Amino acid sequence: MANMHKVSFKLNGKGVEVAVEPRELLIHTLRERLAHTGPHIGCETSHCGACTVDVDGMSVKSCTVLTVQCDGSEMLTVEGLEQGGVLHALQQAFHEEHGLQCGYCTPGMLTRAYRLLQENPNPTEQEIRYGIAGNLCRCTGYQNIVKAVQSAARKLATAPAVPA
Amino acid sequence: MIPPAFDYHAPRSIDEAVKLLGSLGPEAKLLAGGHSLLPMMKLRFADPRHLIDLAKIPALRGIAQVGDEIRIGAMTTENDLLRSALLADKLPLLVEGTSWIADPQVRYKGTIGGDISHGDPGNDHPALMLALEASFVLKGPKGERVVKADGYFLGLYSTLLEPEEILTQIRVPIPAPGTGWSYQKLKRKTGDFATAATAVTMQMHGANVARVHIALTNAGSTPLKARAAEAYLVGKPINDANLNEASRLAMSICDPTPDQRGDADYKQAMCGEMTRRALQAAHSRAAKP
Repeated sequence: MANMHKVSFKLNGKGVEVAVEPRELLIHTLRERLAHTGPHIGCETSHCGACTVDVDGMSVKSCTVLTVQCDGSEMLTVEGLEQGGVLHALQQAFHEEHGLQCGYCTPGMLTRAYRLLQENPNPTEQEIRYGIAGNLCRCTGYQNIVKAVQSAARKLATAPAVPA
Repeated sequence: MIPPAFDYHAPRSIDEAVKLLGSLGPEAKLLAGGHSLLPMMKLRFADPRHLIDLAKIPALRGIAQVGDEIRIGAMTTENDLLRSALLADKLPLLVEGTSWIADPQVRYKGTIGGDISHGDPGNDHPALMLALEASFVLKGPKGERVVKADGYFLGLYSTLLEPEEILTQIRVPIPAPGTGWSYQKLKRKTGDFATAATAVTMQMHGANVARVHIALTNAGSTPLKARAAEAYLVGKPINDANLNEASRLAMSICDPTPDQRGDADYKQAMCGEMTRRALQAAHSRAAKP
């Protein structure tokens, strides 16, 4: 097919290369070509945040980013949070604090909360609410999501640093 | 929803981008953060044959003080603005206004230049630029020109930017020490455009207003400068009667579009209220020498 672009990036630490039309959105590349179905398609209009992934240290809505824009990027999806069969502190905290019900928003919530804690390891409740304002949850009322992020922040603060 | 097909170009320099824009013609659009353009393309409100991505041009990004002005590259993201210690010190109004824009994810991608160039009266930077007396650097095949924010916004999605030009830089004079500021924005929810919003900068001389700028977001087809309200306040103290009159004068130039955020009367009333609050907050922050 004409007008295909080769795009390489690192996905959860592994190098990948795809050939895409410029109009292909990152969410479709991740889900349909790379079988990473953690990022969800919710609204497709950059409102809901279910498709949030981490690209070069930024939380982005992958429904509103072209894959061709991501050449050379480092990307993290929810699939990359768990290490060696051990849940990330955020995943464990969402489990313990009941930070999800239907779970649809959870991959986006987790990747967004991951970046938030990278930038601000000890956020206040207000900072958490402002920081996850781009992620909609229709089940929980957010209360337990906020608690989970607080709980994970505490755990990460006391845990020994994990080598990258 | 997938955008219609287009060709993608990623120039590495401003000159290369200007050349591409010239050679590809009116079928080409500049891609900045993409959070207005890509949704419009998905909905087929825009159907460019070419996208010229400006993200790979380092010269278009960054915040620096040059003499008594702040220069901001057009591709500087909202998140960069929010985290800039220089802006927090010199242009706190810009930081306050930016904190109300969209949501965290959108602020990582969205750029100040895109917000300004798009010409959407719902965007927040245009009114902030009017209140801060900013200028814009436009680069085209014939060279560079610097135009004032006041007069730049011509209509809905229409600005002074010519089809072959690129907005490269925003220049903002650093307000005099003691200048008060505020951006008051009413929105229904995170991520929504303003139902009404007002940007104010204010300098006092003793108890009286010495200089004031009042600019309105989403109150008409362009951001609006509330000139009559500004002129009315100069030389007067900030009290209830004067705030009432200034708000009334600001409301009198509003011509908002009724939509799901409210009818025209409601939006006009909220514009008055945001103006009153922004004036009060700016006054409380202003030095009274």
